[in-house]
Amino acid sequence: MNLNLEKINEFSVLTIHDERIDAHNSAELKEYILQMIEGGESHIIIQLEHVRFIDSSGLGALLFGHKHMVAKSGQFALANIQQQVLSMFELTRLTRVFEIYTDISEVITN
Amino acid sequence: MCSSDIQVDVIVPTHTKYLDLIGSLGESVVKELENFSGDREALAYQLNLVLTEATANVIKHANDSNHKDTVRISIHLQDGLLNIKIYDHGQGFDLDSVPTPDFDHPEESGMGLFFIRSMMDAVTYTREGDCNVLEVIKYIN
Repeated sequence: MNLNLEKINEFSVLTIHDERIDAHNSAELKEYILQMIEGGESHIIIQLEHVRFIDSSGLGALLFGHKHMVAKSGQFALANIQQQVLSMFELTRLTRVFEIYTDISEVITN
Repeated sequence: MCSSDIQVDVIVPTHTKYLDLIGSLGESVVKELENFSGDREALAYQLNLVLTEATANVIKHANDSNHKDTVRISIHLQDGLLNIKIYDHGQGFDLDSVPTPDFDHPEESGMGLFFIRSMMDAVTYTREGDCNVLEVIKYIN
């Protein structure tokens, strides 16, 4: 999976460069997020600008990260979600669960 | 009504690396629609997702670490009726017993069939010879 981790202020910004998150790479994403959380990251932003497709396993991987971070009282946010991908969050009402920002700058400057 | 007629049959090994290919077939079908007046981007995403979810489900339950098993996908569009069949050789499952996800307490798995049901007009799962067939239908206007 093509991932890039960047530290901006106290935020760990994980940019996903793959266009698809599906059952082929979602387990790898889940594992990467888990390593970040277990490594002590407490403010994680997943940057989804390049992702044009996500399936149920991809949503599951992000939900996994959210749940683990909430358990540690940390922050797990999603940013720059493309419209069709966002519609998956809306359909499953996960927009009520995740902290979602239109642009990453909204999180960092808050 | 769409005048395009399309028939696509694909057989791939039960490996997740083929999900991108299978999903993209759905997007290609939408590009071929001649008189579709709806939201093409949304329909392309829906067909990509339905094909991806259905194929991933077969792969997940193939119990075939050597990827020697195969999954067959058949896509047929005629007179505005899109019919997709996904054939598997697994043990099968009872479609009616698969619950709707609890959105108040979301789980990491169990959303795949919900997506298929949400986006298609009819979904059935039956036994045909030595295969199970997940058949999904969508009316494309």
